[in-house]
Amino acid sequence: MRSPLRSLVALLAVAMALSFGTPAIAQQQQQPSSVNPTASSVQERQLMEALRAGTPGTGTTLHGRITIPDTNASNLIQPQGQAWRSVHQGLMHWIAGIAILGMLAVLVLFYMWRGKIRIEHGISGIRVLRFSVFERLVHWMVAGCFVILGLSGLNVTVGKFLLPPLMGEDAFAALAQWAKYAHNYLAWPFMLGLAFMFLMWVAHNIPGRIDIDWIRRGGGLVGGDHPPARKFNAGQKGIFWAVIIGGSALSLSGFYLLFPYYAGGVLGGQFWNMVHGVAGVLLIAVILAHIYIGTVGMEGASEAMTTGEVDLNWAKEHHSLWVDEGAVKATIHPQAQPAE
Amino acid sequence: MARMKFLCDADRCIECNACVTACKNEHDVPWGINRRRVVTINDGKPGERSISMACMHCTDAPCAAVCPVNCFYTTADAVVLHSKELCIGCGYCFYACPFGAPQYPRIGNFGSRGKMDKCTYCSGGPLADNSAAEYAAYGANRLAQGKLPLCAEMCSTKALLAGDSDMIATIYKERVLKRGYGSGAWGWQTAYKETIAT
Repeated sequence: MRSPLRSLVALLAVAMALSFGTPAIAQQQQQPSSVNPTASSVQERQLMEALRAGTPGTGTTLHGRITIPDTNASNLIQPQGQAWRSVHQGLMHWIAGIAILGMLAVLVLFYMWRGKIRIEHGISGIRVLRFSVFERLVHWMVAGCFVILGLSGLNVTVGKFLLPPLMGEDAFAALAQWAKYAHNYLAWPFMLGLAFMFLMWVAHNIPGRIDIDWIRRGGGLVGGDHPPARKFNAGQKGIFWAVIIGGSALSLSGFYLLFPYYAGGVLGGQFWNMVHGVAGVLLIAVILAHIYIGTVGMEGASEAMTTGEVDLNWAKEHHSLWVDEGAVKATIHPQAQPAE
Repeated sequence: MARMKFLCDADRCIECNACVTACKNEHDVPWGINRRRVVTINDGKPGERSISMACMHCTDAPCAAVCPVNCFYTTADAVVLHSKELCIGCGYCFYACPFGAPQYPRIGNFGSRGKMDKCTYCSGGPLADNSAAEYAAYGANRLAQGKLPLCAEMCSTKALLAGDSDMIATIYKERVLKRGYGSGAWGWQTAYKETIAT
């Protein structure tokens, strides 16, 4: 019993010696006497230079393999953070400042030059339904969300320079925390309203030949006359598409910021953050102009979104074709007494 | 005061991940967060190197620069810490950090970011040193007890060094001189705008 086992072990030992031992001896003979283990070692400086030069195959970050489940942690160094920092702490402030303060300055100057645009033929007393309850509900849902989203968004960009001296760091951090919650939650009714807004108004906002004429004649803003328009003139169509396109860009980028694990790691986060910031301040600037012309800039305009009804003369002057084409005939207020 | 830094001698790191484990245990780090991790570069190729990486406690820290609520502060030992009382979990420090140090527990709405967590250089946070509240929020405060970060203290090959910049740089230089090679102080150029001349 013993001898066959022993011979088997001996055979195995010979086999192992043959398979492992022989190449090892051969290797030893080939290798030089002194070994420099760093001769081929990976060097940070070389990797960083390859990264900066964009050498193919190096990827976008200095990364490797990890054994923990969080694959984001396999990035060892990502130099792009420095670029994002300089954009966020520099360029972004300039874009925000020029877009928002610039728009406010333009509006003040425009008001000083043009004043409030009056209803030329006076108030007729006849009220015309312009926006239904549902349209107004959607508008104010989007508008209310946007005001809070805009302010809380500006807060994380420039708030720390303006507010802590007024209220102290602790109160500011508490405010910023609530602002973040508001920003994250109100994004959803904003997106819902945006979708409704698109569906209910897109048919009235298809650009046409009439809009070219409206723009050429200064839209009644710069020029003195009232170019014809349907339910929405070229200016309002511009606002509509700015809101739809800007709002969509904000929604998409915001989604990636809320769920950073879908955005493709830290570089995706940096990219979508910049898109979100630029789209945000540009849309804020557009909406400032929208608020201006809807309130102090034009007589009889704000009623369209409050009571939903506008004066017939206002409608005739600003939306002549909308009145002429009979879209408003059936909606003349039954109690209204004609002035004539 | 000292200028505290980490230095990982990649020629000694054997990727045992004990620093990762020790850190998680010492600070009772929440699920899904690793304040320290070991990354292996050129894995499986000749000359592969493993580097243990955590917050490097940068000079002119990018996280502090971009924070919208100024929750970061630098201690007298040059350790970059943050206040979880002030942090709003916006994620900006994660975008800016070159080393991927800031991480967020997924506790917010829709599983989004909670308050940021990162390596504290085993020196807690703004709360009272070694209080229960400080431990719960930031983990152990070994520095206040006169001890260095645990990851470096228990490193089996002494690859990971923690301590005053001059002291650990001297140790590293002596090693390089004696053994005749060294792949440099990983991350130092990015974090401190300087490197160790060997």
